[in-house]
Amino acid sequence: MTTALVLLVIVPLAATVACVWLPLRAAQAATLASGLVSLGLVLTLLWAPGQSVEAGWLMVDPLSLVFLLAVGFLYPAVAAYSIGYLADEANAAAAAGPQAQADFERYARRFSLGLNAFAWAMLCAPAVNGLALLWVAIEVTTVISALLVAIDATDGATEAAWKYVLIASSGLGIGLLATVFMYYAGAQVLGQSYDLAFAPLLQHAAQLPATPVRLAFVLAVLGFGTKVGLFPVHTWLPDAHSEAPSPVSALLSGALLVVSFYAILRYLQVAQLTLGAQFPHDVLLIFGVASLALAALYLLDQRDLKRLLAYSSVEHMGILAIGVGFGAPMAAAGVLLHVLGHAAAKGYAFMGSGVLVRRFGTKDLHRLRGGLDALRWTGPLLLLAVLALSGMPPFALFRSEFQIVVGGFTTSAWAAAALVGLVVIAFAGLAGSITSVLFRPRVAADDQDEVAAMSRAGSGWMLAPVIAGVVVLIVLGVHPPAVLSDLLARGAAELTGGQ
Amino acid sequence: MTDVTQSVPGLYDGVASSIAVVVLLLEFLMLRAAMLRAQVRLYAVQSFAVSLLAVAVAYGRDVPELYVLAALSFLLKAVAVPAVLLRLMRNADAEIAGSGVLGVASEVLVSIVVAGVGFFLVGQLGIESDVLPSAALSLSVAVVLVAFVLMIMRRDVVSQAVGFFSLENGVSLASLVVAAGMPLILEVAFLFDLLVAVVVFGVLMRLHHARTQSLSTEMLTRLRG
Repeated sequence: MTTALVLLVIVPLAATVACVWLPLRAAQAATLASGLVSLGLVLTLLWAPGQSVEAGWLMVDPLSLVFLLAVGFLYPAVAAYSIGYLADEANAAAAAGPQAQADFERYARRFSLGLNAFAWAMLCAPAVNGLALLWVAIEVTTVISALLVAIDATDGATEAAWKYVLIASSGLGIGLLATVFMYYAGAQVLGQSYDLAFAPLLQHAAQLPATPVRLAFVLAVLGFGTKVGLFPVHTWLPDAHSEAPSPVSALLSGALLVVSFYAILRYLQVAQLTLGAQFPHDVLLIFGVASLALAALYLLDQRDLKRLLAYSSVEHMGILAIGVGFGAPMAAAGVLLHVLGHAAAKGYAFMGSGVLVRRFGTKDLHRLRGGLDALRWTGPLLLLAVLALSGMPPFALFRSEFQIVVGGFTTSAWAAAALVGLVVIAFAGLAGSITSVLFRPRVAADDQDEVAAMSRAGSGWMLAPVIAGVVVLIVLGVHPPAVLSDLLARGAAELTGGQ
Repeated sequence: MTDVTQSVPGLYDGVASSIAVVVLLLEFLMLRAAMLRAQVRLYAVQSFAVSLLAVAVAYGRDVPELYVLAALSFLLKAVAVPAVLLRLMRNADAEIAGSGVLGVASEVLVSIVVAGVGFFLVGQLGIESDVLPSAALSLSVAVVLVAFVLMIMRRDVVSQAVGFFSLENGVSLASLVVAAGMPLILEVAFLFDLLVAVVVFGVLMRLHHARTQSLSTEMLTRLRG
């Protein structure tokens, strides 16, 4: 098991390095292989005996394994999707002459390189043992993903990447301050030379001084919350998600946001043992309800398809924060299932919308009409993605939101009621916009925007991960495998202090 | 480590607090510097001051690891980062920082208020350190807050990047006060992270300059809603 854990942080790194030399096709194959191997390794860890697997600086327990699963699922999916995504551009470049082809080669190489490095950093973050290393890994994800957001080098991408790197890095500066204060709190009990590893910190959490822990927790929610996309520090999120290439958007939204959320959960574990559950839960409830409210309102009137999905991410991060804030074990298990469901649903919604945006050449919802006619496969699948994101049965997010709400009514009824109300508003916005894209016929004036023909070669690669996403959503929603339910229950117990 | 509970501050405390005050004053100078180059140089001086404080702690409190940290942070933050930024600006011919959202006087007033609030609030928390006087912690939080004002008010990529780097200086100052004993390997990891961030900031600034032919961020208003 320790071998699997060590390989998990070596394989994507090896793929990153390999992408520097390998020719494009081989680099893409290596990316896909590395993705599949990583997924396999994460699944192996699922059957690990005992509470945790440790290897030097690495440690995986049920809580971190949930987040590794989310990343591990999206990594190969995005790797496969980008083969199709790039094949399309390769054809365009081949038609435009040798100069364009050389440019494309360089672009595609950078893309594969960045993708592997990004996935590597996101796999490291939940796998490291300790708050300090966690901060380091999350900062690495920020800088790599900022480059991936900027990779198209359009005006929009440049602007989004600059805002993203500046806001997220400043947020993480606050996160570093949280780490420093938590170190100070721990040093009062554990002595000066300790490395912020989770187990000793949790073991002595009850004796830590309250004020620094309280400060560290609030700073952590604010700092790491910047990357999660919690209101009021969410402002970079819609820009970066909408301007990044679609495969990158899928990773940003499905995996990166929740990896940062994982950092908040680690601080929560310590804080609730030191301060009691009330204070940290109230903080999370306030941030969560505010984020959900903001996202629900923005979803109602949104013209840009990818920004719509981005605000839906803010909505779901709000739901996660609220669910943890409830503090009920059932809600906590719901939150962990929600992490997996959101990764699958949002990942595949961004991938599906990427096909739509490619075909129509615009992200403007008013010009994306008649999607169902134009896209025989992707159209219906995108509709399913939106239904899944809105929490419709039989998909996973219905199950998780149901658990969160039921758990919530036992502890904090006002927040649970607010949650239900706001989720309904968000549903109206999301479902209204997407159905109008898919079902309304194209009006005559739009007919001159030719629907671009897609290369047949690429579309299979783009479709397969989307279908995998649907399958995962249905399996998780209808009947999660026993080993997974067990994992979620153990993770939830960890999160609620083992009650 | 010695116990520092005497009421009259000794030489060590005096020196340490003075250096921390200098770090905050440099942050204010950055806020009002009109020339971008001057701003980068001020950042270099500020980083030097933080490294100096690390040396003072290493010597005064006998934490030999901090010598290594001080040397690394001096090389990275006082030499390498300013060099990268200045090199970047040699290619861009913009010299004068874009006008801020407010005038310089109002910016400084806002910062004084913000810094004062941060200073006294942190003082109220009663977080005591046996390494440095707790005034240094309050000062470090004031530095972080003024760095935020700098990033928010200035409208050019160089000032915003310098704002972020000096925010990191404020955090380093705080970590000297409350986390001086943190294992060296972690501190080095933090510095390495900063190095990666500097490279990425540099790449994005270059890209921004290539797209817009300026360092100003005033036209970065396309994405909203």
